[in-house]
Amino acid sequence: MSSAAFDWRAARHQPGWLARLFDWKPFLIFICLLPAVGLLMVFLTYPLGLGIWLSFTDSTIARPGAFVGLENFEYLMEDPVFWQAVFYSVFYTGVATIGKFALGLWLALLLNNHLPFKTILRAIILLPWIVPTVLSAIAFWWIYDPQFSILSYVAVDVLGIRERNFDFLGSEWPARWSLIAANIWRGIPFVAISLLAGLQTISPSLYEAALLDGATPWQRFRFITFPLLLPILAIVMTFSIIFTFTDFQLVYAITRGGPVNSTHLMATLAFQRGIPGGQLGEGAAIAVSMIPFLVFATLFSYFALARRKWQQGEGND
Amino acid sequence: MAAAEQSAVQAPELLSWDSKARRVVVLYVPLACFLLILLFPFYWMAVTSFKPNAELYDYTTHNPFWITSPTLDHIRKLLFETSYPRWLWTTMLVAFAATFISLFASVLAAYAIQRLRFRGSQYVGLAIYLAYLVPPSILFIPLATMVVQLGLFDTPFALILTYPTFLIPFCTWLLIGYFKSIPYELEECALIDGATRLQILTKITLPLAVPGLISAGIFAFTLSWNEFIYALAFIQSSENKTVPVAILTELVSGDVYQWGALMAGALLGSLPVAIFYSFFVDYYVSSLTGAVKE
Repeated sequence: MSSAAFDWRAARHQPGWLARLFDWKPFLIFICLLPAVGLLMVFLTYPLGLGIWLSFTDSTIARPGAFVGLENFEYLMEDPVFWQAVFYSVFYTGVATIGKFALGLWLALLLNNHLPFKTILRAIILLPWIVPTVLSAIAFWWIYDPQFSILSYVAVDVLGIRERNFDFLGSEWPARWSLIAANIWRGIPFVAISLLAGLQTISPSLYEAALLDGATPWQRFRFITFPLLLPILAIVMTFSIIFTFTDFQLVYAITRGGPVNSTHLMATLAFQRGIPGGQLGEGAAIAVSMIPFLVFATLFSYFALARRKWQQGEGND
Repeated sequence: MAAAEQSAVQAPELLSWDSKARRVVVLYVPLACFLLILLFPFYWMAVTSFKPNAELYDYTTHNPFWITSPTLDHIRKLLFETSYPRWLWTTMLVAFAATFISLFASVLAAYAIQRLRFRGSQYVGLAIYLAYLVPPSILFIPLATMVVQLGLFDTPFALILTYPTFLIPFCTWLLIGYFKSIPYELEECALIDGATRLQILTKITLPLAVPGLISAGIFAFTLSWNEFIYALAFIQSSENKTVPVAILTELVSGDVYQWGALMAGALLGSLPVAIFYSFFVDYYVSSLTGAVKE
């Protein structure tokens, strides 16, 4: 009997000091968090602070620059191009978000029906979101070509509803609307697929109960679908607003801010002043001016999330 | 009596005819419109890249929606007269390296946050989540000065090291959700059997989390393939550019745009992600919706 007990003890492997160190929880937690937190600290938190610092300096590409206080911001306050960019950023975000969510919600409701080839359909619909934005933006640039636009061809030669070609990118407002259309096109799939996931979590028994009570389709949407979709809608919308507001690629690829600076977003203006223009301080000041908008959107997200947890009675898990 | 019976028989039929027609108008027609609009730019991209120049700029004698004599000229020009293969290679390298680094860091971080629960682990998780909300548009100017100071300007390392800033938050977030779905009892059993924490991670949790790893990997790969602003700001020399930047800055030259070559470049640049995505579309959709539901 005792020999069996001895064997059991001998078979047990005694770990070395290194193995024991790695089994010590505080050390293991530290080691596990080190790569992620380290990278984020060095390449995200530090640049965020550095960006705020740069916005108070007059640094250029060539030299580090000195602290100038609020001079950059004072200069921007009097710069009509900056205000135009602020206006267009807000306008672009507002209109594109409304368009994306109206159409995306519609598409999600359509996809929530029983359809043949549903999986393939979902896969195809996500394509505009998968493909690099710049590359689809180039396709839009070609579609918006003043001379060889396919849309103009359809309108002028096929349907005959117009005399002359569309001038998509040549003047202010058409260029603004064209960019918004391209942004909506790219945003619909993400919104639709996310909202579809939300729709599928709604229990069908609620709709059955509503049908028995004689609810109309509109009432079913208004009093069941919409309220239950609201939490996901709020989160997806926050993301969408943040990434539309700070959009860069689409505008840079199609118009580069033109004609006459009318389609500059804050991000493209910051890039133009900061990198090719060399005025790092001014570019950083424009980028920093985006932060208040983003903080607002994030707080919105946080409270939507918190409310959802409270509603579902979910613990902290 | 008979009339009532007849109407009772007819009514459901009428109703079903009505709902079928209704279904076509309310469901299939709008769906077809959505598909048409969402896919048209890709069709147009493909058609343009195989069209000879004669057809490309002449809508009166040729129907622009179709190609009468398809040609590979644009693709040949792209592959042999520009450094397109080189750009593809750089993009691939950067995307794989950034994905690998981010996956490594995210797995460890997600494991620590979700499984090695410690005081404040929720707040670390929240901080990483908030990091995802910091968009690259704010960071590229200070990052550009950092990249220059570190001597990484115009090298692929500038991109490999900065891409994880937007990949890690997303991957960590996704993997925390995935680890949550793996029963904790499995790890407890292993602990009782005398496994160390690292053994548990490599022999139990990771093998079970492979689907989650795959979806995080695809996300990271597509996101780094699509990245634009860092690649535009940190890379100057033509041969180090990534595909999206190179097409826009190298192929667009002069007043006359080579639309055929541009579209061929866009098509070829989209293909790798599209193919990569089509293999794993189920993982992609489920993790996208799962991440949103979290």
